[in-house]
Amino acid sequence: MSTQAYEITPKDKNFIGWHLAVAIIALAIGSLFGPLQAFEHAGWDLYKYLNPLIKSYYQGLTLHGVLNALVWTTFFITGFLTFTVIYGFKRPLKYPTLNLIGFLLMVVGLVLAAIPILLNEATVLFTFYPPMKANWAFYVGLTLVVVGSWVEGWGFFYTYAAWRKENPGVRTPFIAFGSIITMLLWQIATIGIAVDMLTMLIPWSLGLLPGVDPQLSRTYFWFTGHPLVYFWLLPAYISWYAMLPKQVGGKMFSDSLARFAFWLFLILSVPLGFHHQYVDPGVPPAWKFIHAMLTFSVFFPSMLTAFTVVASLEYGARQNGGKGMFGWMRALPWSNPSVAAQLLAGLLFFFGGIGGLANASYNVNLVLHNTAFVPGHFHLTVGTGVTLTFIGISYWLIPYLTGKKLWQPKWAVAQAWLWFVGMIIFSNSMHILGLLGAPRRTPLNLAPYIPAEWNSRLFQVGIGGAILFVSGAIYLTVVAATFWSKQPATEKVEVPVAEALQDPALGPAWLDRWTPWVVATLALIVLAYGPMLFDLIKNIALTSPGFRVW
Amino acid sequence: MSAQEKMHVDRYERNWMVASAILLVLFATAVSIAAFGMGIQVPAPEQRVDPRTVASDPNSPWSNPGIREVVAGEKYDVYILAKTWQYLPAEISIPAGASVTFYVTSMDVQHGFKIQDTNVNFQVVPGQVSKLTVKFTKAGTYNFICTEYCGAAHAAMAGKIVVSP
Ligand code: HEM
Ligand SMILES: [Cu+2]
Repeated sequence: MSTQAYEITPKDKNFIGWHLAVAIIALAIGSLFGPLQAFEHAGWDLYKYLNPLIKSYYQGLTLHGVLNALVWTTFFITGFLTFTVIYGFKRPLKYPTLNLIGFLLMVVGLVLAAIPILLNEATVLFTFYPPMKANWAFYVGLTLVVVGSWVEGWGFFYTYAAWRKENPGVRTPFIAFGSIITMLLWQIATIGIAVDMLTMLIPWSLGLLPGVDPQLSRTYFWFTGHPLVYFWLLPAYISWYAMLPKQVGGKMFSDSLARFAFWLFLILSVPLGFHHQYVDPGVPPAWKFIHAMLTFSVFFPSMLTAFTVVASLEYGARQNGGKGMFGWMRALPWSNPSVAAQLLAGLLFFFGGIGGLANASYNVNLVLHNTAFVPGHFHLTVGTGVTLTFIGISYWLIPYLTGKKLWQPKWAVAQAWLWFVGMIIFSNSMHILGLLGAPRRTPLNLAPYIPAEWNSRLFQVGIGGAILFVSGAIYLTVVAATFWSKQPATEKVEVPVAEALQDPALGPAWLDRWTPWVVATLALIVLAYGPMLFDLIKNIALTSPGFRVW
Repeated sequence: MSAQEKMHVDRYERNWMVASAILLVLFATAVSIAAFGMGIQVPAPEQRVDPRTVASDPNSPWSNPGIREVVAGEKYDVYILAKTWQYLPAEISIPAGASVTFYVTSMDVQHGFKIQDTNVNFQVVPGQVSKLTVKFTKAGTYNFICTEYCGAAHAAMAGKIVVSP
């Protein structure tokens, strides 16, 4: 694979930059509430000072979930993938206007959804389980964000087709390959939420339907909700597989296995959403069990990823003189903030994966469902594995896009370490609280059933939150100071794209064929979801009117 | 050309893949034994109800929620109605050693139902009935709490089971 530099046009840089700008502003506002929630758990209630701007813990939690989990991720990902598509194919987008339309739809949707949330008319949390009923603009806005991201995805597909025509027989470059799979996964995954919105929630919120079927809606939601996490994760994997190795002076250990893992993620990420519904009353245990086994199977490509990524890092470190069984780790360029952030993200992600296995374990979930263990888990995955990786990417991408030198790389390194330490303290205590029985989505300070033995853990949640707050503030400072700095970069930012140890052209051709994999993906979805969805739809009961209970 | 078009797999990587597959089988076995050997099961579809009338219809057990004795001292059914932001009834007394089956439904939004220090923990979805059975071997007070966000006073939604010796 040739990695000779390719220059992205200033116009495209600008377009990508706008995605990042929206993403980072969302993260800034959304993450502000994280520490507030943590402080509440520790007994320090700051919400009274936010009134009347923010009326409750739950309104803040809605902002936290929507802005972090939905907006920060989706905008960063569409922006980053625009970059990896253009840079990977070494050609501009085929229809830039199409992508622009997609982006504008996302922005309009975001504004539309944000208005009712800020007015306390959509305090339904980021899962918006009916029959809790938000203002219609909330549902329409979120739908537009998804539709906009589809349109951007179509723009990528057209670009891929154009590249293919110009390069018949050439292996798809890995970063572009991963980007196209990510977007394909997203298009398939979001069918669930789209059907939910269009056939139930939007007509109901507009008064056109008398009620909804909450169990059916939950099933649609988790059809999308689980693969959503792979939509977050795969862009991080693109960076870990194909960019981070270059940043540590190495190569990609196995191009073929990396591609194989991406295909497995595509096939396996949708047909296992019932693992979020193990304790739902309306889904038969047999289906739950089947999805549990399918969930375990995702463990396999995850382990492949762990191996290839660590092997690539080790290869790089040994090239730089690293020695010893574990000693090579010291030879990694820890002073590079982009590297430090991603390494620490990957490390915590590993523990997040182990916790995920516990959640996934069918009846073990009886102990964990909706306890603090769950947010403890996903702050290691999306809150660190993904978020800290994206932060790490932004440490080279923002200088690349703006042509400015990263402001104070030392501060950026400190930011990554603070996130790491804060998250360990925060997440560890959340996991333990969950095992002790503490519920999630609950201002525990107000709950009447808190035993004294929880107090020291609740205090640690607050401490972790405080450290994370400092880390977040440093990140924003670094980004803002870089963006507004008058100091142009002294040297050109090199885009890190690693070569593979083995020439990808020698990899098997079936890894570059789309039809069999896509057919397998759809077939497995029909098998794993078809009968149950058919049954739920056949017996649909629109018997739940809406409630505004906040 | 086709001779070269093979997937190159490093020896260590192959071992790693085999080890991962073995681990997977172990996890699946452990869960299956717990589910089918030890009978630790998740909720199954019980019945569907109309949340608009479930609390008022005289034929609905939830119009008169509470405890029903099946076999004195041994077996009880408990019907609990969840609504914003309370459980009806909020307090239940049973003798130690009894096996109790809970039937919980909601007349408004979704709620949760988790009995602390037991394996009873489920989602309460309007229109559906959530059911699990638990045996209380130790006397004491067990809180049951709402684990799903259900509106302004969600944090206060709880009840208790008093198990007498
Ligand atoms: C700044 C550091 C952060 C802190 C201190 C923090 C803290 C918290 C806490 C305490 C909760 C639990 C609230 C509850 O269950 O009552 C929570 C929920 C959540 N957090 Fe964070 N968080 C942070 C950053 C993030 C990031 C970066 C993401 C994702 C990208 C994220 C995503 C979420 C989500 C999706 C929820 C669940 C919301 C819900 O249950 O509706 N958080 N956070
Ligand atoms: Cu409740």
